[in-house]
Amino acid sequence: MKYTLLIYENAAGFALRNDPKKAKAYWAAWPAYSKALQEAGVMVGGAGLEPSKTATTVQLRDGKRHVQDGPYADSKEQLGGFYIIDVPDLDKALEWAARVPAAPGSVVEVRPNLVPPS
Amino acid sequence: MPTSDVSGAIERAARDSYGRLVAYLSARSRDVAAAEDALAEAFHSALETWPGSGVPAKPEAWLLVAARRRLIDGVRRSRVHQESESTLRVLANQAQELAGAVNDFPDERLKLLFVCAHPAIDGAARTPLMLQTVLRLDAAHIASAFLIKPSTMGQRLTRAKAKIRDAGIAFEIPEPAEWPDRLDAVLEAIYAAYGLGWGDVTGADARTKNLATEAITLGRLLLKLLPTEPEVKGLLALMLYCEARRDARLDTTGNFVPLSEQDTTRWAWPQLKEAHELLLSAEQAGVVGHFQLEAAIQSVHTRRAIFGGPTDWEEIALLYEGLVRLAPTIGAQVGRSAAVAEARGAVAGWALLQTIPPESVTTYQPYWAQAAHLLRKLGRDAEAKNAYMQAIGLSENPVTRDFLIRKVAEMAPV
Repeated sequence: MKYTLLIYENAAGFALRNDPKKAKAYWAAWPAYSKALQEAGVMVGGAGLEPSKTATTVQLRDGKRHVQDGPYADSKEQLGGFYIIDVPDLDKALEWAARVPAAPGSVVEVRPNLVPPS
Repeated sequence: MPTSDVSGAIERAARDSYGRLVAYLSARSRDVAAAEDALAEAFHSALETWPGSGVPAKPEAWLLVAARRRLIDGVRRSRVHQESESTLRVLANQAQELAGAVNDFPDERLKLLFVCAHPAIDGAARTPLMLQTVLRLDAAHIASAFLIKPSTMGQRLTRAKAKIRDAGIAFEIPEPAEWPDRLDAVLEAIYAAYGLGWGDVTGADARTKNLATEAITLGRLLLKLLPTEPEVKGLLALMLYCEARRDARLDTTGNFVPLSEQDTTRWAWPQLKEAHELLLSAEQAGVVGHFQLEAAIQSVHTRRAIFGGPTDWEEIALLYEGLVRLAPTIGAQVGRSAAVAEARGAVAGWALLQTIPPESVTTYQPYWAQAAHLLRKLGRDAEAKNAYMQAIGLSENPVTRDFLIRKVAEMAPV
């Protein structure tokens, strides 16, 4: 069954990417995590995302298009990346979620991928 | 009567007697969920009536009688035919006896522990069931510690209790023929709780750290109920040895420190002493078990603090050999490889690690950490880096992850 791990990070978490002291450890951990997913044969895909200030939203409202700078939700934690994994059940998905090497204060939301009605 | 006194008395009763009350009530009704509900209602009416009437002289007996009444009402509502009327009379009589009596109603917690770890109960539900029924931990808390969706954990617990009721699992002490297996299931369930608490190296999560303490409480309770079983002593000794070194796992800057490099002045000596005495007393029975062996391994590690000198890895290797023969778990095999590598060199340790089937260790982090360590010692740097990557990727704990990342950084670029 496919699950998506949505990784929400706060400002401090995003800042780690360019922190002169901690960036090295930060960048070492993610490829290791991706590799572990691959070795276990559960990796479907995923990506890290640029910070939310680079986001652009396109919205259709009353037949009109609204294009705006910035993310859709203006919350403290922002989507920093996601993985799609294929595992037997939710328990396994949660095990992988617990291993996500995001900074303390981050949140990993685990959602089953929608299966279209056949 | 001041409300604070009342709530204090209720909290004390809940903390000290909850498990005993649930055990007593469910041993008679064979319905754990109904017993818990009845007891919750009894606590609720205590909160309502005690401020006016004062805390009764025997709060537990009061709660028991109140809960009893709820249970009887429950039976009356659910079954109205003749035969249950006689059951009701029996229950009512027992309640009557208790009302006049004594705080020292029989302690049925041992039976409850055996029921929780009964072979008919789903293995994944046993530890949670113990934590909830004996120690009153709530399902959401247990779910976090076990990394399970809280609603799923709630369902597992509900299913397990329905199984106890519907299958009529008896609240009794197992027969001698079943004894070793049944006791081992109880011990394993307690140790599983400890393992979850111990895994949280940073102690950042108060809930899981707490679980280690709760497991030790269960271990002490079991020892009180079964004072002569060597494996019960072995389990408690093992948990205390580990607990004594909990804080020494991190240095002052919060970095992970391996056992053989820990500052022994930071070990908790009263706990080590207690563990040592328990282990000695267990060994006198002359019946070896895996908890005693694991405790003995921990005991060898503590010796360097007492007698100085290096760790006796040869002895640890022998103890692991015994452990692997008793139960060849992946954990024991990885531990044996580590001890043999220290005692007889990386080549010997690596040879043992190679005997573990690869498909069983794909996601077992300690295996990869050990493989990386040995490959590096063998000068196989490219493979070592690969194994380190795997171990880093599988780490749940930021402290162990950072430790491994530093290890890779120490290596020359391949």
